[in-house]
Parts: sequence; C-alpha cells; structure tokens
Amino acid sequence: MHGIMSGIGDALWLIFTFDANLLEIVFLSLKVTLIAVLIAALIGLPLGAWLVVNRFRFRRFVISVLNALMGLPPVVVGLFVYLMLSRSGPFGVFGLLFTPTAMIIAQVLIITPLIASIAHQSIRDLWAEYHDLLISLNATRGQKIKTLLWDGRRALLTAGLAGFGRAIGEVGAVMIVGGNIEHSTRVLTTSIALETGKGNFAFAM
Amino acid sequence: MVDVAKSRSILPLTLTGATAKVRQKLLVGPLNLTIGQQGFSVVMGPNGAGKTSLLRLMHGLQRLSAGSIDWAVDGISARRKQAYVFQAPIMMRRRVLDSIAFPLILHGVDKKTAWDTAEKWAQRVGLGHVLQSWAPMLSGGEKQKLALARALIYQPEILFLDEPCTNLDGRSTREIEDILKASQQAGTRIVMATHDMGQARRLATDVVFIYDGKVNEKNDAVAFFNAPQTLEAQAFINGDIVE
Repeated sequence: MHGIMSGIGDALWLIFTFDANLLEIVFLSLKVTLIAVLIAALIGLPLGAWLVVNRFRFRRFVISVLNALMGLPPVVVGLFVYLMLSRSGPFGVFGLLFTPTAMIIAQVLIITPLIASIAHQSIRDLWAEYHDLLISLNATRGQKIKTLLWDGRRALLTAGLAGFGRAIGEVGAVMIVGGNIEHSTRVLTTSIALETGKGNFAFAM
Repeated sequence: MVDVAKSRSILPLTLTGATAKVRQKLLVGPLNLTIGQQGFSVVMGPNGAGKTSLLRLMHGLQRLSAGSIDWAVDGISARRKQAYVFQAPIMMRRRVLDSIAFPLILHGVDKKTAWDTAEKWAQRVGLGHVLQSWAPMLSGGEKQKLALARALIYQPEILFLDEPCTNLDGRSTREIEDILKASQQAGTRIVMATHDMGQARRLATDVVFIYDGKVNEKNDAVAFFNAPQTLEAQAFINGDIVE
C-alpha cells in the first residue's frame, strides 16, 4: 500500500514538473496517433461512403471483411508489419523498422477498418434519406460521396474519435514494430508496460 | 444559370407502353402518355393506383421494365432540365440557404452567385426570415416550400410534384399553389400528383386519371371535371369511393 501511495506522489511530481522524458513520450504518442488517425480517416471515410453509394457484386463480402478486420488483434498486425519492413522483407530497403513511421503504418492498418466500418454504418442511414434527392439532382458519384461525408460529419467525428481511442491505447503492434526505444519510439503504452515490468510504478503511472 | 428559353426544349415527353415492375409485381403500366410543351397536368387517382410510380418513372427514379420513355432530346440533356418535389420533403442537414443553393453548387455555379440566387428564391417562397435556420427543424409547410425553392432554383423546364400539399393547412397550400401558378406562367411545365379535388380544379389545365396502374382517362381539365368519360372517373369525380 505504501508503495502505491508514494508511487502516486512521485507520478504527480513528474507531471507537474513537466519531466522532459515524460513530455517527450507524450508528444511522440500524440504525434504518432494523430498522424495515424488522419491517414486512416482519409482512407476510411471515403471508403465507407463509397461502399454505401456503390452497388457491386461483392459489396456485402467486402463489408463483412471490413467488419472482420475490425477485430484483428494488434499483435498480428504488428507481426505482419514487422515482416514487411524487416531487412529481409519486401520493404526492408526503406529501413523503416523501429521508427515512428513503422508505428504509424501499423496503427493505420489497425484503425482504418474500424473507421471505415463505423463511417459506413452512419452514412448508410443518411444515404437512405438522401438517395432520391441526389439521384434527382443528377449528382455524380464523387458529389454523392462528398455530400454524404459533409452532411454526416458529426457522426464521422465519432468514427475518428473511436479510431483515436483505439490507436492511442494500443500496445502490441507499436511494441513489435517500434521496439520501445528510448528517445526514439517509446510511447505512453509501451513505457507503461516496460516500467511496470521493472517495478518502477512512479513512471508507469 | 441554365437559360431554358434559348436551348432546345426537352418536351414533349412520350411514354410508350412504359411499365414498372418490382420483383415481378406490377407497379404501373403499360402506360401510353404524352406530356406536351405547355400546361399544368394533374395526375389523379385512388391510393396505390400508381401516381407516384408514374411520376418516378417519368423522372427516371423508377427503373423501366418494359416500353420506352422518350424526351425530345437525349436522356442526359433531358435529365438536367427536370426537377422533382417529393411527397415527404427530403431535408438535408444544412442551413436553409445552403439547402436551396445546393443544386446550383452541384452544377458548378460559384458559391457567391448560388447563395445570392438562393436568397432570392427563399424570399419568393416566403422563407426569407429563416435563411440561417437548420433545415430539418423547419415546420412541415416550410420544408415543403424549401423543397419547392430547391426544385425551381435551376429553372427546370419540367417540374414533377408528388402531392406537395398533403398535411398542409389552407394557408400554406395557397402559398404553394401561388408559387406553382407563377412558375407555370413563367413557362415551367408542371406535372403534379394530388388527391385534392379542389386543388386539381384550381390548378389543372389537363388531367391524367390513373386507375389500377393504367391511364384511365386523359383530358382537358374542364372537360374532365364536367363530363368524365370513363365510369371510374365519373365515380371519382362524384365523390364515390373508387377502389
């Protein structure tokens, strides 16, 4: 009990003195996650809308795949990205493994299906409402998607936030592809895992 | 802005044996009908007779299963000069001004011009005081006026209306009828479905009476109301229940 209390005290001290190491980790976490959410939203939102507007043979199948990908375990994604980016992998020449870029790639893979799927669900309802009007006004496919995304922006913000939550709280993949290297790829979750393992509860908290 | 008068007219519209089916179930047809260049056609008939299907078919919202629908020009050019007001007005999640300007912006008019034009139309239909309101929050009559302004803003050559005045009170109905009359005088061809006998008498120049998915009678308004030709139309005019 004493250990926990003193741990909390030390943790508060670290926060209020703006400990340099802590700030660095926090900023890297936010940077990696925000960039990942941005990229995933740029892919996922139009993809979700496109799946609503377009009728094609394998639409249902694609949507099921998307929903299945939502449940993809992050460590599996981590492993996959690791294999792709490692020296012997197809993208090894870029030397991206154990860099923040690698972490962003992994997080994009994890949250794009989530964002696309949530976007798809909320846009589908809007499309049911707008369908006749947009057809009647001769909107092109691009205009339909643009209109739906714009008018559904509040619901889509939820999709983005869900993606952000998933990405910032994610340990497995960033640990594997980032390597938790101090001053380079150490983020909030990986340092919590590490410091807890070391028994250094103050920093973990 | 599209200048209708100078470009070639898309009318007359001719339906030849036009039929709409959904999963083998006949919605409407086969229909033979010509919509000429002038006038105010009112489509009448009992519920489920096919009024809405007929309008959707003409506008191209309903897929044609058999027969043909021909405009005086090719389909794509014709599409650009039509507008449709739905029975339940579709409100975009936007402000009133943006909603009315939407068709213009969609067709590449710059925003400033589109907003100015939209404001003019909003004034014309009596929505001048709610320009910045959120469209889905409007009252029923205001929604219907918004839909009308949105349909008229790019000056369609033909305007389809599907019971635009259901659930509206007398005053809103009169206001909408005034707008329709004004745009008819300005040269817009109007095709409107309605249940309301009084409204049909006030507005129609000719009547298309639909019964059981077919054109039962098409006639001049005066002739139709004074001396309907078919038994079903006679019963309908006399206020009997036609099933």
